[in-house]
Amino acid sequence: MNWWKRPVSETQITNGGRLWLYVLAWLVMLFLLAPTVIVIPMSFSESQYLEFPPRVWSLRWYEHYLESPEWIQATFTSLKAGLLTMLVATPIGVMAAYGLFVSKLRAASLIFLILVTPIMVPVILVAIGVFYVYVQVSLVNTLPGLVLAHSILAIPLVVIVVSSALKSYDMNQEMAARSLGASRLRAFMVITLPQIRFSVITAALLSFLTSFDEVIVAMFVSGGENSTLTRNMFNALRDQIDPTIAAISTIMIVVSTSLLVLAQLFGKSDKAE
Amino acid sequence: MSEAVLKNFAAGSAQQPNRAELKRDASRERLVLFGLCSPALLLVLVIMVLPVGWLFWLSFLGDDGSFTLEHYQRMVESKSYARIFRNTFEVSLLTTGICILAGYPLAYFLSQLPRRMANLCLITVLLPFWTSLLVRTYAWLVLLQRKGLINEWAMDIGLWDEPVKLVHNLTGTLIGMVHIMLPFLILPVYGSMRAINRDYLKAAANLGASPTQAFWQVFLPLSLPGLFAGALIVFVLCLGFFVTPAVLGGGKVVMVSMRIATNIELFFNWGAASALGVVLLLMTLAILGAATKLLRFDQLLGGGHGS
Repeated sequence: MNWWKRPVSETQITNGGRLWLYVLAWLVMLFLLAPTVIVIPMSFSESQYLEFPPRVWSLRWYEHYLESPEWIQATFTSLKAGLLTMLVATPIGVMAAYGLFVSKLRAASLIFLILVTPIMVPVILVAIGVFYVYVQVSLVNTLPGLVLAHSILAIPLVVIVVSSALKSYDMNQEMAARSLGASRLRAFMVITLPQIRFSVITAALLSFLTSFDEVIVAMFVSGGENSTLTRNMFNALRDQIDPTIAAISTIMIVVSTSLLVLAQLFGKSDKAE
Repeated sequence: MSEAVLKNFAAGSAQQPNRAELKRDASRERLVLFGLCSPALLLVLVIMVLPVGWLFWLSFLGDDGSFTLEHYQRMVESKSYARIFRNTFEVSLLTTGICILAGYPLAYFLSQLPRRMANLCLITVLLPFWTSLLVRTYAWLVLLQRKGLINEWAMDIGLWDEPVKLVHNLTGTLIGMVHIMLPFLILPVYGSMRAINRDYLKAAANLGASPTQAFWQVFLPLSLPGLFAGALIVFVLCLGFFVTPAVLGGGKVVMVSMRIATNIELFFNWGAASALGVVLLLMTLAILGAATKLLRFDQLLGGGHGS
């Protein structure tokens, strides 16, 4: 039987009968992948107009980026903000997820709802609200202010990821440890945490990325020497198409792709256990 | 304490002589566990709920600081505001619709593949999902511009003769937004499709249903919860979208969130911006609230994490 007439799936439809599905699916996958994949070679183009494929290859736009103090400073601000956000949001979020999971509090679902509101409220509203408050307490354009604001955007993700990991965790193991004399903290650290560590790592990576990629809040509450990379990129995009941004984009794609690979690796081992 | 003990004793709970202590232990435990939640709760309350509440208050204040409804009144009366809201809903509905049309078939295709193959193909969904939204928007700006790749290729193949305006208008905005929203639709839909018991389809085929009938009458209804959750997430995110329409819309597509930003950045009009923000928030919450009536809340959130 040739491929065309071979019945596939439980409905016995033939490959030929749903050829359109294959074509459409591949087109959508191409659509999803194309912009990120095409922008990478473009960034190595010599031309101002970002040719694809580049006629003359060069590192011109990377040099331009590395030689610009503003871009470098912005990069460091973004990295610092991302790391600090990760360090603030992850432990706080894990604590909250654990507290909510273990306690059979009547208010637990309400608290959960409050903790995830930051991803439901339109970001622009969070941004101007935070901006308004920061002006009063002079936290505008400071790193701590930025980190606090990014942390509340990251906490919901941490709480959701860690909560779902805890759901498939057998709490009796911790009970056993405690009945053998371990304190709650020790039982958590020695028994529970190692078993949910992959989700915790995923949550941490997500927090970093949330801050690193965030534009709108940064636009309002970061500035001057604490201006983030995305804020500068957004402002540059409004004016004209600066090829330097292609180089920066490529760097950011490399960063997020390596984080994705890390997360996939850890995620895999989480399921394997 | 002795009173409690006596009371217990009097109640004849000889099986539970330490009931009072147990109870106290339990409540202390609850306090500790609540304490674990409190840093997160405090942060979210202080950094988000309080400021947004403040905005709510500001939206009712006039320039002289007295109570007024003028900001809301302007929204009802002014034609430009009506256009912005219509714009926002149009763009959100179109984006959601296109995402369903493009995302559902892909999710279906993926759900039919063997796991290993599907995971490989899922990378095409996850990679953009993890890539910065701004980077993707920029990439589309480069691809769609007048002398961009799409125009050049299309002219080479002969699809059109002269450069077509693909960006700084509704077309560009929709292309960019669909690209950013697709993973939010595909992941929950794919998850719910994987959970469908394939024996139902075999049964349908066995009972004489054609492939098309089996799909429409058995598979589609079973995948609807995932589709509904995905579409809802996409729609709600679109309502508050800012970056992509601001860059790819070129000022021709004005969404509510963009008007809020210009009200602050250019006019320092906190009252007007807050009022718009409050309306945007209420719309979002109303849609989410209506949806949770139909669907359980954790299902919505869990939907994003696949099977």
